[in-house]
Amino acid sequence: MEATGHSDAIAVERTLAGDRDAFRVLVERHSRNVFRLAYRMTGNQHDAEEVVQEAFLRAYQKLSQFAARANFGTWVYRIAANYAIDRMRQRKSEDAQREPAGRPGDDGIERDPASLVPDAAPSPERLAQSEQLAVHMRRALDELTPAERTAFVMRHWGGSGIEEIADALKSSTSAAKNTVFRSVQKLRRSLEPFVERRGQAKAMGTEL
Amino acid sequence: MKHPNEEELIAYHGGEVLRRDVVANHLTDCPECRAELERIDAVLAALGTMPVPEPGDDYGQRVWQQIAPRLPERRARWWSFGGGFTAGWLPPRRWAAVGAIAAVVMVAFLAGRLTKRVTPEPGVADASNVRERVLIMAVGEHLGRSEMVLVELGNAGPANAKQKEVNISSERHRAEDLLEENRLYRQTALEQGDTGLVNVLDELERVLLDVAHSPREVTTAQLENIRERIDSRGILFKVRVVGEELQQRAESPAPVVKQNGSPKLERNKT
Repeated sequence: MEATGHSDAIAVERTLAGDRDAFRVLVERHSRNVFRLAYRMTGNQHDAEEVVQEAFLRAYQKLSQFAARANFGTWVYRIAANYAIDRMRQRKSEDAQREPAGRPGDDGIERDPASLVPDAAPSPERLAQSEQLAVHMRRALDELTPAERTAFVMRHWGGSGIEEIADALKSSTSAAKNTVFRSVQKLRRSLEPFVERRGQAKAMGTEL
Repeated sequence: MKHPNEEELIAYHGGEVLRRDVVANHLTDCPECRAELERIDAVLAALGTMPVPEPGDDYGQRVWQQIAPRLPERRARWWSFGGGFTAGWLPPRRWAAVGAIAAVVMVAFLAGRLTKRVTPEPGVADASNVRERVLIMAVGEHLGRSEMVLVELGNAGPANAKQKEVNISSERHRAEDLLEENRLYRQTALEQGDTGLVNVLDELERVLLDVAHSPREVTTAQLENIRERIDSRGILFKVRVVGEELQQRAESPAPVVKQNGSPKLERNKT
């Protein structure tokens, strides 16, 4: 980890000194992490890839400001989170203007083929339950506001601290804490019945 | 303890509660709250299983190919990497770690100051050198004192194992004094256009404000929060690096001003 930070600092300095290819090292090293964050925030691969590209373009443009930052990975992560919030807000506003029956499927949620791959050979029941739960989880996440979703993803998947989240949301730490809480509370309200049912099925041995 | 509410339990699950031991003790004795915490955990654990598509081992290369044509050319700086005066006074290993942080701040500060000189009359040049050295020394000392406060906060802890609170009134009082100085130096740096130094002093001001506004006695968790805020900004490191450089500048012999500018400026060029 220290070695990565060390070598990131060298790559940043070389880029600032005019060596554009040095930036490639940073892009190749951090793209996948940023993609994971972006996917969880936007909920689809197309938007996530756009967020990744935009995050690195912005990082390159603002690189001189990075001088005051400690960790390039964290910094670009935050830039991606900022852009993803804007992208989600834009997407929500576009969706609101569109006809409700615009997309195929009963829930209007884009299915990512990779997300349908189960983690073990499933029984039909288990597959149905997992798939059903996954649909509910996507829907519950989609119902969060962009700020709530960002706060939740950064806190529970990205392991970010409250200050970092506050920075991404451009809010105070107490407001960020509250946003994290609200997001978990909403997700509980939406998902608890399904998670409990699944838990009961598991306890009864009807789920493998 | 009364039952923790939902917000406190969620915060506890996320590791954010200040009095964790109190909540933990309550949970040991309260099956209702334990069940509530388990329900929170079940939802979060289920969300944790949501898959993310694997973009592939070559994903970073693909991103690079997509963005490389859109990256503007960056003009090389005259203190390009590996050369220049900064590489001379820091050992290579440390220099690499400092990297982006130190170079930009220090060079912006020093180069900005030095490049602004016009060929002065000898008497004026002497007076100007003296003023500059006094200012450098004063800012260097200010940063040294700030560093000391931050280090002391980093090392602070309860006087004994039974004590739950830590007295930081001394650090708090010194932070209040340093705030005033900091604003003065920041204003001077701003007027001189030393944006690098302004940025460091800006960040230092926020940290000093945090400390100055803290209670005289803080819990270990509150102290940990203050430390985290200091760490997250990397301010101690920046203060140390800039402070060391200013110290060296203050101790070095007075530069002889040439007709066409500063001899140090010539040395800085690579």
